Amino acid sequence: MADKVLMKGNEALAEAAMRAGCRHFFGYPITPQTEISAYLSKHMPKRGGTFLQAESEVAAINMVLGAAAAGVRVMTSSSSPGISLKSEGISYIAGCDLPAVIVNVQRGGPGLGGIQPSQADYFQATRGLGHGDFHLIVLAPSTVQEVIDLTFEAFDMADIYRMPVIMLSDGILGQMMEPASFPEGTGRELPAKDWAVTGTQGKRKKNIVNSLYLQPEELEAKVMERYERYAEIQKNEQKCELFMMDDAEYVVVAYGASARVAKNAIVAARAEGIKVGMIRPITLWPFPVDAIRAATPNTKAFLTVELSMGQMIEDVRLACECKKPVHLCNRTGGMIVKPQEVLAKIQEISGGAK
Amino acid sequence: MKQAKKITIFAGHYGSGKSNLAVNYAFYLKENGYQTALMDLDIVNPYFRSKDSTAILREKGIRVIASEYANTNMDLPALPPEMYSMFLDDGRYSVVDLGGDDRGAYALGRFSEKLCDPEDYEMLLVINRFRPDTATARDVLEVVGEIEAACRVKFTGIANNTNLGVETTREHVLDSVSYADEVSRLTGLPVVMTAYCAHLGELDVPHPFPITLTTKSIWNI
Repeated sequence: MADKVLMKGNEALAEAAMRAGCRHFFGYPITPQTEISAYLSKHMPKRGGTFLQAESEVAAINMVLGAAAAGVRVMTSSSSPGISLKSEGISYIAGCDLPAVIVNVQRGGPGLGGIQPSQADYFQATRGLGHGDFHLIVLAPSTVQEVIDLTFEAFDMADIYRMPVIMLSDGILGQMMEPASFPEGTGRELPAKDWAVTGTQGKRKKNIVNSLYLQPEELEAKVMERYERYAEIQKNEQKCELFMMDDAEYVVVAYGASARVAKNAIVAARAEGIKVGMIRPITLWPFPVDAIRAATPNTKAFLTVELSMGQMIEDVRLACECKKPVHLCNRTGGMIVKPQEVLAKIQEISGGAK
Repeated sequence: MKQAKKITIFAGHYGSGKSNLAVNYAFYLKENGYQTALMDLDIVNPYFRSKDSTAILREKGIRVIASEYANTNMDLPALPPEMYSMFLDDGRYSVVDLGGDDRGAYALGRFSEKLCDPEDYEMLLVINRFRPDTATARDVLEVVGEIEAACRVKFTGIANNTNLGVETTREHVLDSVSYADEVSRLTGLPVVMTAYCAHLGELDVPHPFPITLTTKSIWNI
């Protein structure tokens, strides 16, 4: 590990992207994501890359599509409303089987919403980021160090599976500062980009990047092939952190910034003798279904902690097949759930100290 | 302490710890008998700013001047009209927290004509060796040029705030003395403060400034 530095989550993400080989960024500023653009606008040119502030989010995401088609590592970043604008292009990128990294530093919504932190784009990221049958890999860091590590992962996974990867950050992670260091890489083996549109120079058959299929049979076959790839990802890439789970009877499920709040509540509840632990999803898609399933028999109840009206709670219910009650502790609209509130909820569902 | 200046401005690179130092310096002035006001003129940061400490500042009898839009959903780089009170002859001492880099320093530009004589003000350059963009004295020099060009006010001294967040050790602070000296040599500015968390204990550094209030993590009970 290299020497540690003190960085904001947004800066760390931008630096990690460049160190992962990203030399192309197209975006449009929006709070609380702007430090990513600001950092890259300053540093990308010094490293021989292209930083371009597009005229709109729609333009930026289509530039991402173009760069990805040419086989280079490319990223865009935005906050919630800007991601909605990019959704058409993201669907096209998925339909073209192109690798790209898309960062959402979530803020309160819907609509213009607000600039304070939120996790209310879970549905959008894991279900509905654009039209059509497709999935995105969704990664959810909860520390500045994990922002860095998962950014490296995001670029590699995008290349390996030829699909867009969402870094689902939030205003807290983007704005907070923590010590962190930069790894060399993930050590994953990367496939050659022999599909990239780089000019044939008359030496090979031309490559075509396209999401339009004239025959429905062709489109169906293409989508089905993609879903085989998705099944492989669901099998191989589920990732979560288990915290105090060994003897846990009550299981908190939380990701990102709210998982940090939950952790403190769990430590406090343990001090009262309540057997509670946490499954912290690091991949939101694929959702860590296996970990939830494995925990279900020994669990009396689940509790999701979310900065939304309860979105991930549906995935927990699906994963445990509603065999156990799933409760919710939440704030929304830019308000942050307090550890005391989580502790009170744990006390309530467990019936208090034993 | 030596006689404080009527106006003390904390400026420097983004994330170097200006807000934190400004709040602690306001405490320090107040504890030494000065009528004190804290002015949050940060037009860059959406959150994690000195206005966050309003309750504790007010509790200590320190006036807090900040944009009413700060910490709301109004994403406006607005400044509070009461900031003009820093030039009133009312016996009050003002601690000014500027936003980071040249972008944050623009907010001070309108006062540049009133901030010419180093007798009237102090503008401290906050530096942290663990911030990658100010890791060397030469990097700092670049930031100094950008900030002074943006606000048209000259720095008067250096506040060494080298820290690695919660992982800061005594050695980190002690080792940063030579870095601050090098910044001093390149800029011609004196080191007037070496800040560190009070819990690290006493440290033999130039102009030690132990701080008590640090940025609170919202996830702690």
